[in-house]
Amino acid sequence: MSQTTGVSIELEKVIKRYRGQEKPAVKELSIAIEAGETVAIVGPSGCGKTTTLKMINRLIEPSSGRVLIGGTDVTKADADDLRQGIGYVVQAGGLFPHWTVEKNIGAVPGLLGWDKARTRARVTELLDLVGLDPEVFRGRFPKEMSGGQQQRVGVARALAADPPVLLMDEPFGAVDPITRVRLQDQLLAIQEELHKTIVIVTHDVDEAIKLGDRVLILSEGGQIEQFGTPEEILTAPANAFVEEFVGAGATLKHLSLSSVGEIPSAPVVIARPGDPSEEVAARAKEAKLSWVVVVDEEDRPRAWPSVSEVLSKPVVSTYVDQRLPVAERTATLADALDVMLAASQGGVLVTQRGKVIGALTIEQVAQRIRERQALANPEQAADTYRAAPS
Amino acid sequence: MTAAAGKPDLSKGPQGFTSPKTPKAPREARIGPTPRFAGGVPIDLILEPLLVVVGVVGYLIWHATQDFSETEAVQLQWSKLGESVGEHIQLTVVSAVLVVLIAIPLGILVTRKRFARVGPIIVGLANIGQAAPVLGMVVLFAMWFGTGFRTAVAALVVYAVLPILQNTVTGLRQVDDRVIEAARGQGFSAFQTLLRVELPLSVPVILHGVRTALVILVGTATLGTFIGAGGLGVLITTGVTLYLPPLLFSGALLVALLALAIDWLARLAEYLLAPRGLRGVTA
Repeated sequence: MSQTTGVSIELEKVIKRYRGQEKPAVKELSIAIEAGETVAIVGPSGCGKTTTLKMINRLIEPSSGRVLIGGTDVTKADADDLRQGIGYVVQAGGLFPHWTVEKNIGAVPGLLGWDKARTRARVTELLDLVGLDPEVFRGRFPKEMSGGQQQRVGVARALAADPPVLLMDEPFGAVDPITRVRLQDQLLAIQEELHKTIVIVTHDVDEAIKLGDRVLILSEGGQIEQFGTPEEILTAPANAFVEEFVGAGATLKHLSLSSVGEIPSAPVVIARPGDPSEEVAARAKEAKLSWVVVVDEEDRPRAWPSVSEVLSKPVVSTYVDQRLPVAERTATLADALDVMLAASQGGVLVTQRGKVIGALTIEQVAQRIRERQALANPEQAADTYRAAPS
Repeated sequence: MTAAAGKPDLSKGPQGFTSPKTPKAPREARIGPTPRFAGGVPIDLILEPLLVVVGVVGYLIWHATQDFSETEAVQLQWSKLGESVGEHIQLTVVSAVLVVLIAIPLGILVTRKRFARVGPIIVGLANIGQAAPVLGMVVLFAMWFGTGFRTAVAALVVYAVLPILQNTVTGLRQVDDRVIEAARGQGFSAFQTLLRVELPLSVPVILHGVRTALVILVGTATLGTFIGAGGLGVLITTGVTLYLPPLLFSGALLVALLALAIDWLARLAEYLLAPRGLRGVTA
């Protein structure tokens, strides 16, 4: 896969005024987006987030101000040429219904005059990238695919000519929640590989926090309320607007920002089926633990019995607990908490690629929340990006 | 293995989580092909030509078994009939081609943002064209431009612009705005978007308008006889004025069969020219 890195995008005092409207849709917006960064623009409807996005590829012409992509002012460039160099994804993919997947993805290469063999190879590569079997999907028409599949093709099409910048306008707004999570995860994986500069517009704060390296929160008229990392937005909302917009669940949202692996897991005593119970109990006593973890030959968890349960038999039993609470260390704390609740347990076993490496208790998670709350003080808020006074 | 606590792993980012139970993304539902009619072709595509064949065979039998008077025999001899049918087809096809050449570009123009203001005026004029009584128009045009084939064609064109214009406008307007925006967003110019996206997606609706216009034209072309443009209308008017029912019947039946045949050809074109990705949706 290509290793193209994105380029920077700068908006300098960009204004969009519509004829016959008193208030500008966007009044003097200035932001700088770094190369290879994912910025999520979020805000209530009418905040100008989509207008802002479309002014980058000039689907909407700014009334005044400059837009620089990779340091070059694009407001004077030929708009069609400009857009051929920028990936663009719209809601539900916006695929051409009369074209096959192959022809859809080959749209921009076609405009750029690529030969057939090159386009075909690129289509194969991109379908692989977005997780669709090229041989199955190449010849399909959009209406022969599910919404999620169409959206993937939409992303593949936007990436066809390997543009440094990807603009996404509410890309996952039209799919069901489960598919949406899957598409979000895939976008993160693709971005990890490609390092494009991505600007994504969404009305969903959770999506913005999940996908953005930085989140731009706008209010009416393209007014910047806060521009900062998800961490900053959650721990140090710049003002009441952000606080309210992000929601009362901000503390809990934070759990989606931290992975299980960030908290040092508590030690556990490991046993295998057939181990003498007395010996296992002795080890547990030495470690001052009242529970032991039974694992299989590959260190995968089988059961999590108490010492007294172990001692009820001469050797450790081969019992496999189907409802064992387990979380990978890459999982979020929110996921781990979900697992605990589902299993009615006060802790989860932490695994790394399926092997048990420790345990995480609900007290540790609660401690983490308290630490975060302590961090959220006014001095932190000053570090976040604020709008220049207008 | 001991329970060594792992160092915080931030390399994956906050969301690098994949549930251990679902390592692969589950397959998304496949949607099967749209149901088709008999043998993959809409049923009326097969029934209509059958009806035409039955009509033609019936007329041939009637023609062969009927005793005609001398005047009737002269008018209904095959060479004469062929000539009338030929003239009629010519009137219809020439007018239809002209209407297509006028109405489709007009329809495109009307739907462009730049010409949004003249749109209602053009559509209004086309409306008047169709609302005006054709017979009156044919006669009026004859007073202006003299009698003959061209004048008849001019009147027919004015009369038949509306269905194609209207369907072109409807066809272009029903194209999903997001698809057009996606095309522009990919770097298609306005003209490329029109040619590669908007027009192909409007083809079914536009062709439907062409079919309507053709059927209207076949019927209306019978009025050409009043200004000496020939066609099957001659048989009908002669049949009426001289009270020769076989002529009247021949004229009327042949016009009907011609209308059906042309309607079928237009349907066939609609079916074959509809973009594959849309077939089953509009066809």
